[in-house]
Amino acid sequence: MEQLPDSRGHFGQYGGRFVPEALMRALDELDEAYRKAKVDPEFINELAHLHRTYSGRPSPLTEARRFSQHAGGARIFLKREDLNHTGSHKINNVLGQALLTKRMGKRRVIAETGAGQHGVATATAAALMGLECVVYMGEVDTQRQALNVARMRLLGAEVVAVTSGSRTLKDAINEAMRDWVTNVDSTHYLLGTVAGAHPFPEMVRDFHRIIGIEAREQFLEATGHLPTAIAACVGGGSNAIGIFHAFLDDDVQLWGFEGGGKGIETGEHSACLTGGEPGVLHGARSYLLQDADGQTIESYSVSAGLDYPSVGPEHAYLKDIGRARYEPVNDDKAMDAFALLCRTEGIIPAIESAHALAGALRLGHTLGPAASIIVNLSGRGDKDVVTAARWFGLAEA
Amino acid sequence: MNARLDDAFATARGEGRAALIGYFPAGFPTVESSIAYITAMVRGGVDVVEVGLPYTDPLMDGPVIQRAVEAALVNGTHTADVMQVVAEVAGTGAPTLLMSYWNPIEHYGVERFARDLAAAGGVGVITADLTPEEAGPWNAATDTHDLARVFLVAPSSTSERLKIVADETTGFVYAASLMGVTGERSALSSAAETLVRRTREVTSRPLAVGLGVSTPRQAADIARFADGVIVGSAFVRAVMDAPDHAAALMAVEDLASTLAAGVRQR
Repeated sequence: MEQLPDSRGHFGQYGGRFVPEALMRALDELDEAYRKAKVDPEFINELAHLHRTYSGRPSPLTEARRFSQHAGGARIFLKREDLNHTGSHKINNVLGQALLTKRMGKRRVIAETGAGQHGVATATAAALMGLECVVYMGEVDTQRQALNVARMRLLGAEVVAVTSGSRTLKDAINEAMRDWVTNVDSTHYLLGTVAGAHPFPEMVRDFHRIIGIEAREQFLEATGHLPTAIAACVGGGSNAIGIFHAFLDDDVQLWGFEGGGKGIETGEHSACLTGGEPGVLHGARSYLLQDADGQTIESYSVSAGLDYPSVGPEHAYLKDIGRARYEPVNDDKAMDAFALLCRTEGIIPAIESAHALAGALRLGHTLGPAASIIVNLSGRGDKDVVTAARWFGLAEA
Repeated sequence: MNARLDDAFATARGEGRAALIGYFPAGFPTVESSIAYITAMVRGGVDVVEVGLPYTDPLMDGPVIQRAVEAALVNGTHTADVMQVVAEVAGTGAPTLLMSYWNPIEHYGVERFARDLAAAGGVGVITADLTPEEAGPWNAATDTHDLARVFLVAPSSTSERLKIVADETTGFVYAASLMGVTGERSALSSAAETLVRRTREVTSRPLAVGLGVSTPRQAADIARFADGVIVGSAFVRAVMDAPDHAAALMAVEDLASTLAAGVRQR
């Protein structure tokens, strides 16, 4: 496929830069710093060294034999991003951007977080590299992901509970942008997904491409062929784009599973590629949940990490050209898959990743017993234990 | 370029002063009362009005305007209502611009939005998060309907960007007095004056300074080097702090008249 985005960050009609003028210089500087760094052997080696000695890369590829028995006979493999340091794929991007922050001579990072995984990863990298760190988190999310709030504070980050708007990820991003526009000279906005203004969707994608590169090689080594399909959950879309990219030119189906919440028909979901339309939010044009006036509609998902009303612009593009397909997975199906993976494989997944697992079970039945599917197991479920125990009625009253 | 907007700046310049530009969000706290408050602003001496289009994700706005637009949306303010507010305010004779984030305009339809705003009597649009690079269809629509385009420059803007922005601006250039979001500040830095001086080197368009301006003293200071002084949050706060509607009307008019005196100070 052609190299996207273009020099102004467009993936077809999507992406671009819709930001206050005050941020344009910082975005230009970031773009320039990134372009220099990504071809600088010193930067490349430093990041590779951190992946190997700090995150624990490469993450393994595990065949889920007992889980596969529930997938119509298809073979399911798990790309184990849950085993990375801090418990999710988020560390890949964070280490890259934290190194860039130092190269740009900035001493402070800010981040938004939904489930808290990106916040924890950012707090971790900030501690490692001696950067000041402030994480913005919707008040609703600080309650449902209390464990991660404690982790961030232990790591020395300041966590700001955002009380405006819907008090979730969308509003945490608004607040982080307000901080950035005020403190842009000293501060890098360490954005956690493939959304936002150019160059974030491209840069964050590039830092996560390692997931797909490793998975492709590992799968070929294990089976001698390519998989039939890739399955990943999609909130902002960073883990999905990370595993998709290495397979873009292959004859491999790419499937993204969005938060179907209580069902698209109820209006309580976060599936903007299924139930949204093109619009602009947080610096880029993409699919968006919006009303007749172009006002953002609040999303809903049992998973805080998928609870966002838009999605990275490259996914919007891949959907429109038909290279990737996106379907919603409702809360109940995701939680069933969550339980199944616990019981069949001894792995507690993040509820986000459970959406991809549920999607893979569905795909397995469609594709048949000859099929093989790699699921990006983007994170582990320690943070979700309370939510899951409540869901399954396992918590003490 | 819009003649009515240019005339307002020319008149002020002819009187040896800066134009006073007042912002107020449509629909706060209701559509009807927002019209009344803006009309009171004009009575008090505001030369040019910015009607704010309430938006769910106002990331350039501080807490005061955030609260106001949230209330406006909760009370059911739609884009059609905002057009109505513009029509009523334009009826006072004050040149009336709309201030909006981009998505409500794009979703309404860029051409349709420009046409309807012009039909309502609007003279231009300030777009808070639209960069000239993304403004192709918007430039065409605003030119067709004789609406002034207002883009922002900031203290962080490089000289190259000042020129890019100013070249696409057909109304006044909106100079952000500081790095940050809207809201009152007790003291303004020298950044605004520096920015205005740098911007004058690349354009002959009028330059108006906004963000953080709330007092007659600040208005007077800015009027010494800028063509326009923009005040927003202070008007909203005047309404929030008033015990009732009548007191709010009076507070808004009083604030407008003291600011109007400010821009006339020598």
